[in-house]
Amino acid sequence: MLEIRKIQKRYPNDFLALADFSLSVKQGEILVIVGGSGCGKSTLLRLIAGLDQPTAGSISLDGTPVLGPRPEIGVVFQEPRLMPWLTIAKNVAFGIRHLPAEEQRQRVAQVLKRVGLSSLAERWPKELSGGQAQRVALARALVGQPEVLLMDEPYSALDALTRHDLQEHLLSLWVDQQPTLILVTHDIEEALFLADQVVVLQSQPGRVKSSFPIHLERPRQREDTLFLQWRSRLLKELDHANRVSETSSGPVTRQHQTTAVG
Amino acid sequence: MSRESTLDRPLPNSQLERQNDALAPPSINQWKRTGETWLVGLLLPATLALGWEISVAQGWSDDRLLPTVSTILVALWELFQSGELLTHVANTLQRVLLGFVFGTLAGTVLGSLSGYWPLVRRLLDPTLQALRSIPSIAWVPMFILWFGIFETSKVVLIAVGVFFPIYLSLSDALRNVDRKLVEVGQSFRFRHHELILRILLPATLPTYLVSLRTGLGLGWMFVVAAEFMGAEYGLGYLLIDGQQTGRPAVILGAIVAFALLGKLTDWFLAILARRWLRWQDGFQSGVEHA
Ligand SMILES: Nc1ncnc2c1ncn2[C@@H]1O[C@H](COP(=O)(O)OP(=O)(O)OP(=O)(O)O)[C@@H](O)[C@H]1O
Ligand SMILES: [Mg+2]
Repeated sequence: MLEIRKIQKRYPNDFLALADFSLSVKQGEILVIVGGSGCGKSTLLRLIAGLDQPTAGSISLDGTPVLGPRPEIGVVFQEPRLMPWLTIAKNVAFGIRHLPAEEQRQRVAQVLKRVGLSSLAERWPKELSGGQAQRVALARALVGQPEVLLMDEPYSALDALTRHDLQEHLLSLWVDQQPTLILVTHDIEEALFLADQVVVLQSQPGRVKSSFPIHLERPRQREDTLFLQWRSRLLKELDHANRVSETSSGPVTRQHQTTAVG
Repeated sequence: MSRESTLDRPLPNSQLERQNDALAPPSINQWKRTGETWLVGLLLPATLALGWEISVAQGWSDDRLLPTVSTILVALWELFQSGELLTHVANTLQRVLLGFVFGTLAGTVLGSLSGYWPLVRRLLDPTLQALRSIPSIAWVPMFILWFGIFETSKVVLIAVGVFFPIYLSLSDALRNVDRKLVEVGQSFRFRHHELILRILLPATLPTYLVSLRTGLGLGWMFVVAAEFMGAEYGLGYLLIDGQQTGRPAVILGAIVAFALLGKLTDWFLAILARRWLRWQDGFQSGVEHA
């Protein structure tokens, strides 16, 4: 259970990126966060990852506070961020450097097989396509068998076809290992395809606008009527969130704004 | 299964094939092209040398001050046969290598520290920058007072010359390593030394290797100065000796030896660099250059 309690993040330049933000995610759940550009999604993930500290409030995983990066929490960034001087296999082994060499080798081979890249183990990162590189990044995060996996718009730079492949692939990996998955995206379809729960963010300052449990059956079909209904509903919600935050500068003016928009 | 097949579809990646070509042994065509480049480059100096040779042989001009290539080669051969040349080369090479090793060590350690810890940088950098603005040769009298006229002062002078480019570019490169890669290390809870050894140093390796070559070049420059300040052996001594005994062929012979040794050692570093930087994905990395 990951619990985020009333966190606030104010950057050193006094910009308030997140305010009064609370959220809890059950073990093994897939939570997808959507929101407009600049509404604080990456900021939130960095806080959960322990790469940055909230200025108020607390984040805890299974009851213990997150004060810095933890081995139970894996991160896949928006870019693959592979070390260009290491082969694919060595890049993946980055996540388990403390294990004995032989075990490292086995785990790396295993995880590369699961992401379908065994044949590329000895390649350099420069020799990969964008989708392959992103799968290596996923393998690097998974090889330590994290309890929570954070992904920041992992597929946003890829074409639609590759993106669909990778989404299905991610689900099949999730079925195996059942980590808690928190994924940030711009893409409503991606959110609906994956999520147990979708959270829509509103910006200035970043906060939860609304949250929807998605009970569609898996595997989900993108052309399904129910899927499409959800899609238009979420789009409307997202649009609304963006429109409100465009004109308002904070929660103080929100009431006034809602009446104006509504 | 259809998913697997789409995931593993072959890459439409002609670039990959091209890169593999670069790793394959050069074809006959490539050898030919390299040979041609060489020939074209040699055309001008060879013509000039040959012209001078002919004009001296015909008695059109006097080679007292500018000896012909054949005279220089003969002078070098004589020095070689008497064993003198080897002694000079060995002495000079030893000085350069010792100076290079010490300068590199100091530059690497201090450069890493000041690139990694802002506090060390603030403490160290102003002083070093101030020292750097002094032309290193100006230290010669001081070094002779401190370390004597023999080997130590020479090696120290060379080490100082090698130190600065390495210190400067390493500390600068470290501070500019991509924050995003460092963050990956942080997310895996790397400790300081792991961050330095596994991310920062590899990331700065390309710059570092260039600075080693710059440093080595300066080492060769400073060894001449060091040997001018009084040495019994060494190519620099040979230069002075050639001047004092009025033998221009010996001077030019020593210069040729300097050029060859400098090129050879630089080439050695360049080969190391190419081996270690195979992963680089730069515009034109992997393109051959002499
Ligand atoms: N280091 C920082 N210092 C000051 N402000 C920052 C910093 N990083 C981000 N911000 C601001 O915080 C807000 C949220 O940034 P964040 O990167 O979390 O957005 P995001 O929701 O991930 O956007 P996107 O979808 O474009 O990636 C933005 O308005 C941004 O300008
Ligand atoms: Mg972002």
